Amino acid sequence: MLELQGIPVSPGVAIGPALVLDDEGYRIPRCLIPAADISVEWGRLLSAFGKVAKQLEVNRKQTAERLGEEAGRIFSAQQQMLSDPGLLAELEGRVHQQQQSAAYAVSRVLHRYAEALGKLNSPFLAERAEDVLDIEKQLLHRLGAVTSDPLSNLDEPVILLARNLTPSETANLDRHYVRGFCTEIGGPGGHTAIVAKGLELPAVVGIGQFLDRIGQGSQVIVDGDRGCMIVDPDQATIDRYEERAQIRQKLTLRLAELRDLPAETVDGQRVTLSANIEFPHEVDACLQRGADGIGLYRTEFLYLSSDEEPSEEDHYQAYTEVVGAMQGRPVVIRTLDLGADKMGHTSLHEPENNPFLGLRSIRLSLKNQDLFRTQIRAVLRAAVHGDVRMMFPLISTLQELRTARMLVNIVIDDLREEGADFRSDIPIGMMVEVPAAVIMIDRFAEEVDFFSIGTNDLVQYTLAVDRSNESVAELYQSSDPAVLRLIKQTVDVSNKTNTPVGICGEMSSNPARVLLLLGLGVRSVSVPPLAIPRIKKVIRSVTIADCEEIACRVMQLESAREVDLYLLDRLGDLVPELVVQ
Amino acid sequence: MSNPTCQQIVVVKNEKGLHLRPAELLARLAMQFESTVMVTKDDQSADCKNMLSVLTLGAVQGTPLGLSAEGSDAVEALAAVAELFDQGFHELDSE
Repeated sequence: MLELQGIPVSPGVAIGPALVLDDEGYRIPRCLIPAADISVEWGRLLSAFGKVAKQLEVNRKQTAERLGEEAGRIFSAQQQMLSDPGLLAELEGRVHQQQQSAAYAVSRVLHRYAEALGKLNSPFLAERAEDVLDIEKQLLHRLGAVTSDPLSNLDEPVILLARNLTPSETANLDRHYVRGFCTEIGGPGGHTAIVAKGLELPAVVGIGQFLDRIGQGSQVIVDGDRGCMIVDPDQATIDRYEERAQIRQKLTLRLAELRDLPAETVDGQRVTLSANIEFPHEVDACLQRGADGIGLYRTEFLYLSSDEEPSEEDHYQAYTEVVGAMQGRPVVIRTLDLGADKMGHTSLHEPENNPFLGLRSIRLSLKNQDLFRTQIRAVLRAAVHGDVRMMFPLISTLQELRTARMLVNIVIDDLREEGADFRSDIPIGMMVEVPAAVIMIDRFAEEVDFFSIGTNDLVQYTLAVDRSNESVAELYQSSDPAVLRLIKQTVDVSNKTNTPVGICGEMSSNPARVLLLLGLGVRSVSVPPLAIPRIKKVIRSVTIADCEEIACRVMQLESAREVDLYLLDRLGDLVPELVVQ
Repeated sequence: MSNPTCQQIVVVKNEKGLHLRPAELLARLAMQFESTVMVTKDDQSADCKNMLSVLTLGAVQGTPLGLSAEGSDAVEALAAVAELFDQGFHELDSE
């Protein structure tokens, strides 16, 4: 049994035989053709180009349908490369003058470009290298130079293991047979990870080199919750995971029955239970699970999925799709929450030494007002289709909030002057995710329509810990008493000033911690669509008095560990069904 | 017999550098001329008609590049390409 740790990018567990993809790139042997065959060979190459171009268009369309227009654009870069006249001219030279076989020419030319792009010190161009390799692979398949794609001939469930999966490969995975995947490289922000999460396919990436140690067909467990991959598990481990899977499945079925019931405590206190989404297509999952609204619509994907800055129309289309589908339920659209280090299509700033303390989120938006205004315009225009609210991330000072609101007013004037169809009266709120915002929360309450506490960042900034830094990762605990005090202070002031406050972020999707949040006075939470049924179950199993007693006890404790142990213990008493694993 | 050759230095003005879109524009423009237009960064050259080749230069904003054109319409080709650089591939702010 071999257990390897990677980065969990898409939750869930899958067990099955490994399908190992040889992803070292194809090495096509040097092959020359007789002069008489040149035109036939060239014709084959052109035909392969045509077929790949068609396939890319299909990929683009299907992905756009499933995950939204923005996701579909992942394939536009490849389409552009395929239509590069220079590329075709170079290949023509190799086939016509040097009499190389089509496959050999393709393999040499594209591999050389991919290598050259990969060597450049630019993450943006490194991504292009992946695109080039993806095209090479597809052309070689069409030319029949490599055995047919193992992914297209599946007849049993498999766990896919590869060095890396390209976005096209991920989007085209046959979900009927592919139950999950693990890759050697890749990170949480990559397109592949994003597509996997959208497909709800358990996935672990960035495991490091492992393919050389795994045989085709070995039994593999992908644990997308914990980010680990287990190869050749012993019987006890398989039993444990299978049991876990069964319990989960039964629980899922039982919880699904709660769908149409309100998120209401035993003593009749109604709680708003909304969903966090990233793509328009996720709205279906939210509605199926009975979400009260979209509590957090992350708009980052619009910026990360394309080489071009998203246009107002791109924003508008995506928002309108979500707002329309939610049929009048509230949709909170959070404006751009990225760092200058992480913009997909353009670099807006010099590299920073401490990007987490640098030009990100609202700071980036305020420094790039054209970009920000485009987004605000789209939000206000989409608002005519339903209950839209706008939220600013990472607000640290009153001045930032006021500048952002002023920009909204300027945009309103512009839209009015243009005679555009828009709404000017939408609620405007802010994320509470830095201690400074909490300290000044009473002042902020006078100027916003609602708050949403983003626990992930609040933990990071309160405890001054970079969660991706392994050496200090154990400090990153959302149950830390310091964080809990900040949450309590925010909720107390909000309730006193009648400012609606909600919690989005990892903390509110944890059933045990929800007990505490209810006890602290939180009446609105927003969680990933998958977590809705469990959280509803918790809410429907307790009274506010139970939760207040829990909160009272928790606020006396001194460490995150004590808090979590106590909460888990109480969850076991109050909602034992949810304590599995 | 010999075709005219022209040379010029240009600077990458657009913020994004020579990424996908500018490289594509460059290739499309260069294809309209018969002449070969080469772009050179340090000791690396790329044919402007070849988008992928141009991409591999990895030229960011501010990079000086050598342009050279050779062929029957070299003068026009060079002028057109230089202008495209000068306009920042239509990505510069109009302000």
